[in-house]
Amino acid sequence: MKAVYEKYFRSNLPHIWCAGCGHGTVMAAYALALEKLGYDKNDVLAISGIGCSSRITGYLDSSTMHTAHGRALPVASGAKMCEPRLKVFVFMGDGDCTAIGGNHFIHACRRNIDITAIVMNNNIYGMTGGQYSPLTPYGKKATTAPYGNIDHSFDLVELAKGAGATYVARGDVSHMKQLSDLIVEGAQHKGFSVIEAMTPCPTSFGRYNKTPDPAQMLQIFRDVTVSVKRAEKMTAEELEGKILTGVFVNREAPEYVEDYQKLIDSFQGGDK
Amino acid sequence: MAKVKLLQGNQACLEGAISAGADFFAGYPITPSSEVAEQAATKFPKLGRKFMQMEDEIASMAAIIGASAVGHKAFTATSGPGFSLMQELLGYAANAELPLVVVNVMRGGPSTGLPTLPAQGDVQQVRWGTHGDHSIIVLSPYSVTEVYYQTIRAFNLAEQYRTPVILLMDEVIGHLRERFDVPEGYQPEIINRKAPESKENYLPFRNTEDGVPPFIALGQGEGSRYHITGLTHGESGFYSSNPQVVDQFIRRLSSKIEDHVDEIAEVEECYTEDAEILLVAYGCSARASRAAVEKLRAQGQKVGLLRLLTLWPFPDKLVAKHCAGKKAVIMPELNLGQMVREVQRVCPSDVPVKSFTKIDGSLFTPEEIINFMKKGGCL
Repeated sequence: MKAVYEKYFRSNLPHIWCAGCGHGTVMAAYALALEKLGYDKNDVLAISGIGCSSRITGYLDSSTMHTAHGRALPVASGAKMCEPRLKVFVFMGDGDCTAIGGNHFIHACRRNIDITAIVMNNNIYGMTGGQYSPLTPYGKKATTAPYGNIDHSFDLVELAKGAGATYVARGDVSHMKQLSDLIVEGAQHKGFSVIEAMTPCPTSFGRYNKTPDPAQMLQIFRDVTVSVKRAEKMTAEELEGKILTGVFVNREAPEYVEDYQKLIDSFQGGDK
Repeated sequence: MAKVKLLQGNQACLEGAISAGADFFAGYPITPSSEVAEQAATKFPKLGRKFMQMEDEIASMAAIIGASAVGHKAFTATSGPGFSLMQELLGYAANAELPLVVVNVMRGGPSTGLPTLPAQGDVQQVRWGTHGDHSIIVLSPYSVTEVYYQTIRAFNLAEQYRTPVILLMDEVIGHLRERFDVPEGYQPEIINRKAPESKENYLPFRNTEDGVPPFIALGQGEGSRYHITGLTHGESGFYSSNPQVVDQFIRRLSSKIEDHVDEIAEVEECYTEDAEILLVAYGCSARASRAAVEKLRAQGQKVGLLRLLTLWPFPDKLVAKHCAGKKAVIMPELNLGQMVREVQRVCPSDVPVKSFTKIDGSLFTPEEIINFMKKGGCL
């Protein structure tokens, strides 16, 4: 029997993702979210950058664009600006979003344009074979950090908050329903929404960091994640080494496309 | 008496874009093109059209790509350093066959170079700057009025051939203020990307007789749930590395333009019929060349000018025909001899082609061109 959300997939599966990769779960969480949102597939535009994550657009049955490395957000911004009625989702990987696309990311946050960005964070460049990304934790190994990473990583949630995103959340693939609900909430939010989706990469991250077993990686996700609500009742000691999930920012602010439409409307009936 | 309207080249460009039906501009400030952005920011919202200032030129290209994919006529304006940054996504637009217009108001380079001074150093970069085989259309206006007409043509060609088109202006054309000679109420012919006969089983990259696939915009209901990628793709739009598919696709990206060079490429002939010495020039260098030809003609010298309005696709046959039988062909350019390579490539081997170069940030004067011809023994 097909799951209800499979109607959001194209028929060109199977996908290219490795066994144990979490990206398929992110895709299922997204499809589940679309089902809840009740969007017409014809009104959805899904745009991705380059990397393992970016292949998701090839599998989704809507209008889709697989753009260039790091450039999904500005492509989406132009599309959303021109066709505001479209529901625009952007899928990025961690390197895609925060390294080569870092500038576009902070400016999309600042602009508060009504796009839902899902960052599939597996802490590594998977497609190119396991080089460290800006979200590879300090000390972890990668093919370009064979002796341990001495770059300090971004906290994507803090980065998005600092840059002005009006909805910021984090979920992980070991909590699929929560992740899906966050995507729903992010999509319903008027403004720029960022949802970090923690997803395991046993092949290119796990293999170099003594966690090559997919089940083991999922277990780690379950163990280290704590919802922000639960964290409120925990001590600093208990929170040591934990990663918070849930909603971090959900605030209203003028949305970019609406503001521009107001400007256009202000000229109706004569030049000022 | 009719009113004389003075306009700057960059302003004329915006007027042309408006007439062409462009409704989205995304850009990043850079001298000497910023007036195009300023004009778009001021005029577009009044016309119900949209302007976005992006975080850099990469994002500017990205935004107009997004706009084009959802069916809008979009453009950006930049200069050398920004144009270099746009090369990545210029290739994407060529690969994804998305119509758009990039206005490059050339300044001196390389790097930051001479921001406020003219040069023609980007004439090969426009053709070969992005990686991989593709063709592209590049127009070169030489007056403010022509900027207007060429801007409209740039949008029309982009739509007709599903390709990025570059309007390549000289700094001095972009900043020049001169008489704007477009009749009041002028209605240009407007070309829109062709639609498929049926939306059923739509193939977004289907080869057709003219090599240009019919287009349905993303997000437009039936037929629009397809995929666009910068990966090499087959007619369905999905990635393919099948040698036959790759071969057909890459060859078509070039042939859809190169096969139509006769319709695309425009030249202006000035005293070419009986000319013994031929100047070949474009942009601001063609203005000085024209003045030189007029002076020499007044002295009875048989000199002519072939002005290139289209730099790419290069009109091989046309240029070869004009060069044939000449005593000499001379090409003045504000670079170290870039387009002259094309002239040399197509010119009959018995005709000497001489390159006259200048890269000091100043313009050619007609006298300099005449002196060059005299020194070279042409006159």
